[in-house]
Amino acid sequence: MKYIWLKIAAAAAVSLAVSSAAVHAESAAIRNCTWCHSGSAQGYTPAPRLAGQHPKYIEKQLVNFREHTRDGPFSKQYMWGAAAHLSAGAARSLAIYFSTIPPKAANDGDREVVATGREIYQVGVPDSNIAACVACHGPNAQGVGEIPRLGGLAYTYLKRRLEQWGQGYHAAAGPPMPHIASQLSLNQIAALASYLSFVK
Amino acid sequence: MKLINSYRSLRPEEGPLQSAHRILPFVGLAILTIVFAATSRADAAAVSNSAVEAKLAYCQDCHGPLGQGYRGFFPIPRLAGQQIEYLDNQLRAFVERRRPNPIMSNVAHVLSPDMITALATKFRDFNPKPLGGGPKELVAKGERIFQDGVPEANVAACAACHGPKALGYEQIPRLAGQLYPYLIKELTNWSKERGQNPAKPDTSFIMAPVAHSLTRPQVEAVAAYLSDLK
Repeated sequence: MKYIWLKIAAAAAVSLAVSSAAVHAESAAIRNCTWCHSGSAQGYTPAPRLAGQHPKYIEKQLVNFREHTRDGPFSKQYMWGAAAHLSAGAARSLAIYFSTIPPKAANDGDREVVATGREIYQVGVPDSNIAACVACHGPNAQGVGEIPRLGGLAYTYLKRRLEQWGQGYHAAAGPPMPHIASQLSLNQIAALASYLSFVK
Repeated sequence: MKLINSYRSLRPEEGPLQSAHRILPFVGLAILTIVFAATSRADAAAVSNSAVEAKLAYCQDCHGPLGQGYRGFFPIPRLAGQQIEYLDNQLRAFVERRRPNPIMSNVAHVLSPDMITALATKFRDFNPKPLGGGPKELVAKGERIFQDGVPEANVAACAACHGPKALGYEQIPRLAGQLYPYLIKELTNWSKERGQNPAKPDTSFIMAPVAHSLTRPQVEAVAAYLSDLK
């Protein structure tokens, strides 16, 4: 049920955003992105929200897709091709364009585990050697530079990415995320993803 | 103690140092106690290698694989080559709210004294290149301040306590290779971040007059010099 409402909401967001974004739709490159990431760049399962993301992070991910170091199943299926022929300049201007769109929170996590997720995010779980996300991602999960904004991303996206780190995907990214995420249980991942989906 | 005494003699007329005069013997006693405690801990290593390795990997998640530090949303300090006594004292400072920091207080709460000694020894033995990143054009000015102080502002040479190579000594931290934004944050927030528990005075009061006397450009210059120092 949740997904049906999500799709309806996303479809509504697309139709609302199309008119305001019409001026940008002239750019074929942007439209290639918004086919999947939605017209307002707020994301559409499984494609993450790009609105408000840090340009350096987006640029770096596009390089990772091009070099195949970001190797999750959806990355392989969609983003390897999409990023293959993107010049560095085009990647930068797309990254800057999406970063300037105000992000909206997905608000689609499980509210019952938000408090657990907040605790893990803000102070970690020292007994289980789980680091506090806040140190790098910031108190409002806003990120900085190449460190992504996580606040308000979709629950399913956050959950999948956190699980993938622990499964060995994107290992070439190097420390610290593969190790940090592999320390998390599935319940802790669900709690973190739920918490973050509501962060504005 | 020798370093602290020589520092005191540089600024004999200052008010804070008169009270420092009364506290210093206790500080000395505290340092001796810590040194003694650390020695006896090392004799009784009651913590398994696998527990140390797991905890070390957890520290490295934030402080970098070789303890070189990391520029996250907050600057996460370099621990590589750091004095064991300094790390021990700071970890206790987080627990005792002398250094209020929700993340590190949580981290430090679950560390046994044996674990602290084991981790601090691991980090002391790492020797990665500094992350650098400070403005190069400030290095020469920073080096002058570090080695000679700022006589007109009554700021003693940093080298007097931290050593000519900024390697530190027991509770006095190594500064060589420390992150540029971290050094600036600490020096400009000294009296908001350190020595915050009135019931538990600590050695951080020694730095307060220095941190207050340095101007922002001087802080940036010293930080630039240290951030690239091997």
